[in-house]
Amino acid sequence: MSEAPLIQLEGITKTFGTGPAAFQALKGVDLSIERGDFVAIMGPSGSGKSTTMNILGCLDTPTSGIFRFRNVEVQSLSRDQRSLLRRRYLGFVFQGFNLLARTTALENVELPLLYRGESKKARREAAERSLDKVGLLPWAGHTPAELSGGQQQRVAIARALVSDPDVLLADEPTGNLDTERSIEIMELLRDLSRSGITVLMVTHEEEMAEFARTIVHFRDGLVQRVVEGKRREVAE
Amino acid sequence: MRLRMLGATFLLALREIRRHLLRSFLTTLGIIIGVAAVITMVTLGRGLTANVQEDIAGLGSNVFIVFPESVEERQPAPFDDMDVAAVERQIPGVVNAAGSSQTPAVAFHNGQDWSTTVQGADAAFFAAQSIEVVEGRGFSQRESERGESVCILGPKIVDEIFVEDAVLGETMRVGNVSCLVVGVIDERSNAVGGGQDADDVVLMPLKTVQRRFTGGTNIQFFVVKYDDSYTSASIQQQLIDLLRERRVIQEGEANDFNIVDTADINDTVNNVTGTMTAVVTVIAAISLLVGGIGIMNIMLVSVTERTREIGIRLAIGALAKEVRLQFLTEAVVLCCFGGLIGILLAFGLSITLASAIDLPFLFDPTVNIISFLFSAAMGMIFGYYPAHQASKLDPIDALRHE
Repeated sequence: MSEAPLIQLEGITKTFGTGPAAFQALKGVDLSIERGDFVAIMGPSGSGKSTTMNILGCLDTPTSGIFRFRNVEVQSLSRDQRSLLRRRYLGFVFQGFNLLARTTALENVELPLLYRGESKKARREAAERSLDKVGLLPWAGHTPAELSGGQQQRVAIARALVSDPDVLLADEPTGNLDTERSIEIMELLRDLSRSGITVLMVTHEEEMAEFARTIVHFRDGLVQRVVEGKRREVAE
Repeated sequence: MRLRMLGATFLLALREIRRHLLRSFLTTLGIIIGVAAVITMVTLGRGLTANVQEDIAGLGSNVFIVFPESVEERQPAPFDDMDVAAVERQIPGVVNAAGSSQTPAVAFHNGQDWSTTVQGADAAFFAAQSIEVVEGRGFSQRESERGESVCILGPKIVDEIFVEDAVLGETMRVGNVSCLVVGVIDERSNAVGGGQDADDVVLMPLKTVQRRFTGGTNIQFFVVKYDDSYTSASIQQQLIDLLRERRVIQEGEANDFNIVDTADINDTVNNVTGTMTAVVTVIAAISLLVGGIGIMNIMLVSVTERTREIGIRLAIGALAKEVRLQFLTEAVVLCCFGGLIGILLAFGLSITLASAIDLPFLFDPTVNIISFLFSAAMGMIFGYYPAHQASKLDPIDALRHE
């Protein structure tokens, strides 16, 4: 009866390097994530949370184990097949925003649609809709240098959303922001998860993790515990 | 869909080039110089060839020029009217033969004088040498046979001593001979009979010149026009045989005359321009190679500088080949611009140089198109490796790149 989880990790390991210098970042991670969940991944540095995030983002492949996404075994896909998966189903938000410099907010948001072969008109309309969702439509013509950190991160979220992804992956999305801006971003992510998008977020800030529905703690390359988040609400 | 991608990639390439305008220009300098050099040299070469061919056409086609030549410092016997008549009569394939003689003389008119050359020539000589009478008329047969005192002027003489418009019907004096001007010839760039200006000449019937200037029936050289259904070599051989017999040259002795084939001059010129073009092509190839390496170098720099951008593109789902296409397009567009600038530069250079050294400017679309396509090909060849490097980047590493 119950639908298979959107994301399933089974016995995932990841080793960097070979020989005596080899370092095992993941030592057998098992994890299931349901569609529409808002997951915060926490843990000290070196605990394997970023490596897990790269694997979940189809940017990297595990050394061993099974990673099922939409019932597709991602670990056996080619590089280009994983690119197509990212293009179609995933959106990325990074700590450093990673917007293209000297390129307007609108053009940055249009970028993923370019690789989908959408027409110029369709790209423009979708990008404007997406910027509107994050409340930045009036800034569409500004370049990243002309925007604040919080605004840049919202442009990045608009870019991640423009292709209508199943999963939004956010790697320390508030790492470069002050508390007030961070909370704005978290509310945005929470609202997105309520609209049906699965949000996976790496953070080391307890305060930010409180917005999530599920908190996954990593330690020494293993999932230490999974707890229910507080689904924090901010008083208006 | 492919097309949209290509269009967007093209715009992106333009934007990147505009961002680094100076760098882009310096990068393409090798291509610019190479392309400009090739096109300029080919264009000037064509002008030179055309110029020489026109000169040769001035000498007439299917024409031999025969003149005496000293052998071992012995003065050769001159040719005379009888030799010319024999050649015309005895060699099948010869359309006509016409002798000519010339001597320096001073021309007087209206109290002005001008040192020039008087040349004897009749209708057959005019025809063989393609001398055109543009005003008035040529010499009549009667004038030629009787050696009358009539003359046809080169345009230079008209400019120098005829101030008023009327030239035809005027009487002028050449040396001690008074003659009636019946015609003016076309401007010619060059003609046989020494290094003098072909336009600076007074033409009179050969008989008149022989009688009043040189004396006797000798001529200095003659031209032989032959039917083009005969080969040059066969006519030449018969000519040599006949002249050796008439001049009583023993077996084993060298010819005391020289036969110049206008086709040979043409070949020589083509050889020279061909060699010149080959040399320039090699220089240009080296320049383009250096230019191509410059392109590759700057594209590698560009890939390094934009590693993060590549990371972003890969993360949001760009395929390796799409990243490769982007950088390849940039290199090709860059080289195409270089090619275009080179073509424009060559255009300006060719026009300037052609007018400076008095050659016709002949635009050659083929060499321009080939040069342009070649530039594009350079972009593809030297842009491929950097583009491939870009496409192979690992998105995670690229995103971390500072």
